Amino acid sequence: MEQVEQNVIRLRRGFDIRMFGEAEPRYLDRPPAALYALKPTDLHGLAPIPKLHVKEGDEVRAGQPVFFDKGMPDVQFSSPVSGEIVEVRRGAKRAVREVVILADARMTFQEYPTADPASVSRERAAALLRESGAWVLIRQRPYNVVPDPSRVPRDIFVSCFDTAPLAPDAGMLIEGREEAFRAGLRVLGRLTDGAVHLGVRTDSPPVFRKAEGVEVHVFSGPHPAGAVGVQIHHTRPINKGDTVWTLRPQDVALIGRLFTAGVFDAERTVAITGEEIRESGYVRTRLGASIQTLVDGNTRHDHVRYISGDVLTGTRIEPDGFLGLFDDRVTVIEEGDTPEFMGWLLPSYARPSMSRTFLSTFFPDRKFHVNTNMHGELRAYVMTGQYERVVPMDLHPQHLIKSIMVGDFDQMEGLGIYEVVEEDLALCEFVCTSKQPVQRILREGLDALRVEG
Amino acid sequence: MKIFRSILKVAKPHFEKGGRLEKLYNAYDAFETFLFVPGESTPGGAHVRDGIDLKRTMFTVVIAMAPCLVFGIWNVGHQHYLGVGELTGVFEGFTAKLLYGALRVLPIVAVTYFVGLNTEFAFAVLRGHPVNEGFLVTGMLIPLIVPPTIPLWMVALATVFAVVIGKEAFGGTGMNILNVALTARVFLFFAYPTYISGDQVWVAGNPEEFVDGYSGATPLGVGYIDGMDGLAAAAPFTYDLRNMVLGTIPGSIGETSAIAVGLGALVLIATGVGSWKIMASVLAGTVTASSLLTALNITPFQGVPAYYHLFMGGMLFATVYMATDPVTAAQTEKGKWIYGFLIGVFGIVIRVLNPAYPEGFMLAILLMNVFAPTIDHVVVQSNIKRRAARVLQ
Repeated sequence: MEQVEQNVIRLRRGFDIRMFGEAEPRYLDRPPAALYALKPTDLHGLAPIPKLHVKEGDEVRAGQPVFFDKGMPDVQFSSPVSGEIVEVRRGAKRAVREVVILADARMTFQEYPTADPASVSRERAAALLRESGAWVLIRQRPYNVVPDPSRVPRDIFVSCFDTAPLAPDAGMLIEGREEAFRAGLRVLGRLTDGAVHLGVRTDSPPVFRKAEGVEVHVFSGPHPAGAVGVQIHHTRPINKGDTVWTLRPQDVALIGRLFTAGVFDAERTVAITGEEIRESGYVRTRLGASIQTLVDGNTRHDHVRYISGDVLTGTRIEPDGFLGLFDDRVTVIEEGDTPEFMGWLLPSYARPSMSRTFLSTFFPDRKFHVNTNMHGELRAYVMTGQYERVVPMDLHPQHLIKSIMVGDFDQMEGLGIYEVVEEDLALCEFVCTSKQPVQRILREGLDALRVEG
Repeated sequence: MKIFRSILKVAKPHFEKGGRLEKLYNAYDAFETFLFVPGESTPGGAHVRDGIDLKRTMFTVVIAMAPCLVFGIWNVGHQHYLGVGELTGVFEGFTAKLLYGALRVLPIVAVTYFVGLNTEFAFAVLRGHPVNEGFLVTGMLIPLIVPPTIPLWMVALATVFAVVIGKEAFGGTGMNILNVALTARVFLFFAYPTYISGDQVWVAGNPEEFVDGYSGATPLGVGYIDGMDGLAAAAPFTYDLRNMVLGTIPGSIGETSAIAVGLGALVLIATGVGSWKIMASVLAGTVTASSLLTALNITPFQGVPAYYHLFMGGMLFATVYMATDPVTAAQTEKGKWIYGFLIGVFGIVIRVLNPAYPEGFMLAILLMNVFAPTIDHVVVQSNIKRRAARVLQ
């Protein structure tokens, strides 16, 4: 036991935003969603108009390819359910926003050949991932994009705990799919010359903590200790020219099941969280599910924001919108669009803050009612040292953001832009006194470099 | 509240696009956001934001300056009565001193804010950017670092100079190279040296009413010429450590009391608004440099020990409220240590060794303001080199 303690990577910097609305540890019996959608916008770097295999009215099986990106013709995006393509929703310039599928009751799967996870060849494994649609659930760093089929990742990282606000219980998300998860890890091991790295906590379930054939790293500390970018930085950091993959545990299990059962089984356990939710908990649904059946009649008020994902990095969606490709929770919080009299001087209600200018500093364990108010206005940078306090990496986040603002590519590279994606710096955006859109700026920088390079 | 809301509601259309006063929108916006934190919600990215904003941050600094202002008002009165030889006890004539001081100090504060804010609003309207909160702090700093005898037109001129040349020329709050309040001070210092560094300027009142032999010189001025002997002999009170810590000495309005400045420092450190690293490192630099000079002991002033230097002149005030200005200080955490330490060293070097004027911290901070980006560059480059070296391993 003592030896385990010594190997804990202790991160001190960061911040846990304490808020009401954690999911109750129970599985809910909500009616299954009727509609599911694949959203090309969940992924960075795709052409706006993908090549569709199907048209409205076509029947598809679960796991049947629906579209592909013309830059990567053998990487398929597959349907999470069997049913009928009911609508291709387009945005500006005919860009595809959503391909909506009406699920049937039977759930018939497209059959893929099985393969032994322990001995499958790299080429065969990669080909199966690409044609089945599982490939797009893997994200490549730098840039957080669909992995380039021509590159072998140096290492593969899986963060097995979540520290973002209202984080679901990692054990409940994976429950029932432990064996598939282990098989998935073996498949991943075939895909890299390096190692598969798991980031865990001391209280992580044994399926993660005692995983075999992988390198397990134990972390402790506040958010963003659970962000995979932070974990990579403290184990095998990304240097210029490196390529690594990151995945979420549920997608590892999906890959495991693909190889052992020959199906693209897009089952996903999702937490329903947020203070505005009446009945919170976990549901078993499928990737891309409409949240309508989860939130309909399940919110306390009408004027709320629906977020696919967490409050720091999630995507704002409509009450009948769809779960994002990588999201394992729905968060519903109050909209905060009411002006507040002299709110900068004497706030009328308590709010989370990392600054010590509020009385709540003296009650560190207190939870807060949160809303979406900006609590201020956009300003030029004045304060310094705030970002550094929430980024537990050897990195100068504020200088990095400034180098993106001025478009200095050398400086961005030098300051470590390849090591971070939005979720790693999301807290900077939360704490920023000047209310700078840090994640958007970072994405602009990443996109600029990706196009350039 | 509702009244304000409805006034704003009536006024707003005139300032919005197409309204008659469209050009003044940013001025209107400043008033509206002063009264109400806008009901703007997060567009995306982080959906929940920290409660802190720039208005609250700046106002925290203003609160931290309150002890200096209140003490400064009293002390202006106290010094005046010392000069005329009445109510010389510290506890005598409290109300009279406060009243006298208020009559002297509050006009300076009012003129600074009036002139400064008008300049800010004019720029916001002309340049089409929102009115920034920076002047909340600057407008309070300027009165606290000028002598009580300063003519009001000089305050106005210095404020305009500082806001226009020191800040708006660079693009407004957050973009300036030099601390804005210090720019005002240094403008006065070089444009009107006799008003800002003469012996008589530090005590308010008609010099002809002062008792015989009362010079009104500051401890810094006395120590500069006569060293410790001068400090001990200064009339009518010795400038001993107790008086300097209390602040019952002549000087700029808000800088004299170490206790008042200390209270402000506590507020800034407790709230995290001011960098304790910078404060600590300036003190370390000051003690180091003055101890070295005392060891050499060539001029009388070099004989003044380090712990005197901490309480003389504007050193503490400058450390707590001006060296910590996040815009003009070093921005990296390591850089803050270097930046602060060098301010301390240069402040003492300029104070003790230069032949012309006995206060050095104003110039030291401005000097380091200019070098802060260089310090940051070195720190940032070392991070870049560390990252580059990782590839080779």
